[in-house]
Amino acid sequence: MTEHLSKKQTIKFTPGTIIVGKWHQKQYQIIKPLGYGARGTVFLAHSEYGRVALKFGFDNAGVTSEVNVLNKFSKVQGEPLGPSLYDVDDWVTKKGAYAFYAMEYINGTPLLDCIRVRGFEWAAIFVLQLLKDLGRLHEAGWVFGDLKPDNLVVTGPPLKIRWLDVGGTTQMGRSIKEYTEFFDRGYWGFGTRKAEPSYDLFAVAMIFVNAAEGRRMEKGQDPEKNLIRYIQSHRKLAPYADVITQALYGKFSTAEQMRKALLKKINETQSEAKRITKNQVTKRKSKKKAEWKGTFLLVSIILLAYTLYVALFIM
Amino acid sequence: MKKGRLKQILLITDGCSNQGEDPSAIAALAKEQGIAVNVIGVVSEDQTMDGGIQEVEDIALAGGGISQIVHTKQLSQTVQMVTRQAMTQTIQGVINQELQQILGDSESMDDLPPEKRGQVMEVVDELGETVNLEVCILVDTSASMEKKLPTVHEALLDLSISLNSRMGSNQFCLYAFPGKRKPIDKLLSWTPKIDSISHVFSKLASGGITPTGPALKEALKSFDKRSRRDLAAYDGAPIEEAND
Repeated sequence: MTEHLSKKQTIKFTPGTIIVGKWHQKQYQIIKPLGYGARGTVFLAHSEYGRVALKFGFDNAGVTSEVNVLNKFSKVQGEPLGPSLYDVDDWVTKKGAYAFYAMEYINGTPLLDCIRVRGFEWAAIFVLQLLKDLGRLHEAGWVFGDLKPDNLVVTGPPLKIRWLDVGGTTQMGRSIKEYTEFFDRGYWGFGTRKAEPSYDLFAVAMIFVNAAEGRRMEKGQDPEKNLIRYIQSHRKLAPYADVITQALYGKFSTAEQMRKALLKKINETQSEAKRITKNQVTKRKSKKKAEWKGTFLLVSIILLAYTLYVALFIM
Repeated sequence: MKKGRLKQILLITDGCSNQGEDPSAIAALAKEQGIAVNVIGVVSEDQTMDGGIQEVEDIALAGGGISQIVHTKQLSQTVQMVTRQAMTQTIQGVINQELQQILGDSESMDDLPPEKRGQVMEVVDELGETVNLEVCILVDTSASMEKKLPTVHEALLDLSISLNSRMGSNQFCLYAFPGKRKPIDKLLSWTPKIDSISHVFSKLASGGITPTGPALKEALKSFDKRSRRDLAAYDGAPIEEAND
């Protein structure tokens, strides 16, 4: 997200630092920083739970809000949606108390790296997986909000998309508090920032767009027209343009609807691809036949000329 | 806490004030009247803002609000973030006061154990979503700001999208300073939505002086006018009913 010029209290730890919580007295030993974000810093640490991700926020209110969300996630039935939450505590220093929490360390490959290495056909599959998880989250009454490749990693094999940072998750019907412009419906002028399933589905469509090129294009003068034209004319996106556009315009009211539409499109494009290869094979065959015909014709003409020559001059 | 209104002044500027009252003093006065003053300092990519930064921070500190220095490009996201953070801060302030009354002097939200803090935070979030909000926006249109105005315009439309996605209602008004003849010109009276302000921004004549203090003073008055109008509307209602 945005990087601000004015100072922000970034916490830095040297590897080996031991942190003890004020309330629960749990010990954590810092291994290394994992990332510096807009809302805080995440460190990898040893603990009694094994290796965990420790998140320190810039403000205590932010940490508390995120913990509330993680608690809600743990109540959704089935496979865990976000990282599991282990502990919430304060770390007291001379400068003041810092709120932090310990969560499951999800060791995976960033989504876009994974697609770059394995090929774009995986993008559609990860989107299918993502839509299934989003469906469960929406049914529980929540909207992810700040959905973007940076918040998604791929673990496995078997390859599975996982959610890293769920801090932007918002109760359905409220307003989205955190977003990243490229993936935000309001930024592109496609609608409000109300937390509803179609807000997440817009972001999913934009993840698809982002995955095709790896870079994020500028909004430009006429964002709506530019975006749609880009999707329809892009070699990798064109086959899915229909589904992507519908998601952008909020035509799907549930993640499951979009998932079904995408699955259908994938099956269509695959059978179409087969047809194309078949056509090419038959074309090649007929070309060979034509070549052979040409040779035959040439040989017969030479033979005829020779016969004539013999008939006229020798005889 | 009853669902009242949150009042904010949002000042968007790029440098030091050079005319009229001390802006920090006016901001402190605003704070006394329950109005938070947020300040966003905008710098272009090739520009520094040495003297201005201190003033930006001082005004926000005096006004009980939040300050942020940003590059022009990041303005949209910052405007909505600052507004939201300031709302949360104000609500937390009120809740902390209540907590102190219940739990004793030194207790605030941060002194609660994490589990309890989570519950309080849910109330803060809920209030932030449903509370009614009034934002008076002050845009510095002095000469150096001229190139940044299209971005400011975009950021304000964006703010309107963000806040109107909330459940609570919103009111915005918009002023530019320096004004043509006065220290400040009103561009938009209190309205629930910011749209079609592109024409007001294109007509602005950018001047050389930056009367931030007087501008803040005028913004403060706009809240007075608003509450008086509200009162009148409130008084009117029962009379109409009686006539029926």
